[in-house]
Amino acid sequence: MPDLTIAVPRGALLGGTLDLLDTIGIDTAPVRANDRRLLFEEVGIVTMRPSDVATYVEAGAADLGITGKDVLREQSYRDVYELLDLGFGTCTMVVASVAGDPDPAAEALRRLGVMRVATKYPRIATEYFERTGRQAEIVEVKGSVELAPLTGMVEAIVDLTATGTTLRENGLVIREELFTATARLIANPVAHRLKAEAIDALLGRLRAR
Amino acid sequence: MIHPIPSGTRDVLPDEMRELRAITRALLEVYEDEGYGELWTPTLEYEEVLRRASGAAEPAYRVFDDHGEVLALRSDMTVPIARVVASRYPTAEPPLRFCYTAHAYRAVGRHRGQTREFLQSGVELVGASAPEGTAEALRVMCRALDATGLRDYRIAVGDASLYPALLRGFELSEEATSRLMSELVSRDFVGLEREARALGLSAADTELLMGVPQLRGGPSVLDAVGGPGAEAVAGLRRVLELLDASVADRIIFDLGLSRGLGYYTGAVFDVLDPSLGTPLGGGGRYDDLLGRFGRPLPAVGFALAVDQLHLALAERDVARTSPDTATGERNA
Repeated sequence: MPDLTIAVPRGALLGGTLDLLDTIGIDTAPVRANDRRLLFEEVGIVTMRPSDVATYVEAGAADLGITGKDVLREQSYRDVYELLDLGFGTCTMVVASVAGDPDPAAEALRRLGVMRVATKYPRIATEYFERTGRQAEIVEVKGSVELAPLTGMVEAIVDLTATGTTLRENGLVIREELFTATARLIANPVAHRLKAEAIDALLGRLRAR
Repeated sequence: MIHPIPSGTRDVLPDEMRELRAITRALLEVYEDEGYGELWTPTLEYEEVLRRASGAAEPAYRVFDDHGEVLALRSDMTVPIARVVASRYPTAEPPLRFCYTAHAYRAVGRHRGQTREFLQSGVELVGASAPEGTAEALRVMCRALDATGLRDYRIAVGDASLYPALLRGFELSEEATSRLMSELVSRDFVGLEREARALGLSAADTELLMGVPQLRGGPSVLDAVGGPGAEAVAGLRRVLELLDASVADRIIFDLGLSRGLGYYTGAVFDVLDPSLGTPLGGGGRYDDLLGRFGRPLPAVGFALAVDQLHLALAERDVARTSPDTATGERNA
């Protein structure tokens, strides 16, 4: 049994994460071989949705985890230590709305004094519009945020985009950029102290790569 | 019929109560044997009085009484005991030793499995400065934990004044200092590295600001800190020298440990157990807190979360009675 359990995100970050773990000598073959299994105790890996990684690491169900900075910003209340910027999985958090002039979101703000915004990141979106002094009604959705403005439910979305392709294909354009997010290595606060040596050794291998 | 109770609260029924009582009794026996007198304070206090301890956990629940006064449920026992010392022991010769088993109240996030009401067991040692007072608190805490039967725990020890002292040494602007401190308190080492690099210091100094809070381990990590951090580190070394091996062996120095509460001024500690993902208790020195209540005395204390301690002990019992271990013990 390995000394450390690592929470690995399925989805867009999975490939980059497994490649990274390979370079520091963690055997990821069982994970690559089976995309339905979730727990790989023999190599110290558990797999889950990226947005659940901080939850499991905070609870100590995994010692370390890899997830996007977008998740960590949205869940900034979680008691986890952020150890390293892993540099891959670069995405941008953006405000987007239906293409055309004027911007329907700006138009709503001008005429109604409020804009409706759909997002999977309600805390990030709320904080951003408060900080920039605009009244926004945040609507939380669980997936395919692009649908919300197309159906007229909202005037804008806040979402993460890597290449902008999905936005473009749905007739949306980027209006504002909030921040760029990359994959981060996080640690459980108790493991960070009790397993300091193992964690520092892994950090050393990651930094040296 | 099921009648709801607020999330983060719970009923304790006789079977569990017996186990909790055994734990609190074992802890209390140690405290009393060490000369700590048990006390009670009101669960409700004037919010204005609790607020004197700025930097403490904000009271989460407030009510108006029938005279329009704002009352608050205490968020810990340290602040009420500071009030007791100032108002009931204004001239008593220090040191003063108090212990308690009491509920405290904190705010909870939605769907986070946190507790609003939790039982704490702890001590406050008032009028005993570092390093002797700190060493006594650590010794009593370990003796109390040992008495409950907990075995594999460790104590992470840091110093709340260490990083501020390092930053003062570089004469940084107030803004830069608060940015670095906020990254440290949230334990975002990526952010800390970004802010440290932005200062434009020499490579060695940048390395020091980034590296020191990430140091954890035995006494040798203390050797890595010099310059403006030397005093805080020397203080930790003096505490260590006063500890018996049985306590010293449990200590992991954690130079990034800051604990969230703003009233800590020196050594701070977290109690860690491998079976739990969060610390099951902690404490530290708060040499300025009593002064805010009008009786300036150095002080140190700790609080253990009884429910967490109970969970850690239950994990240990499960491990002990699992088939593998049971056979192993028989063979031995």
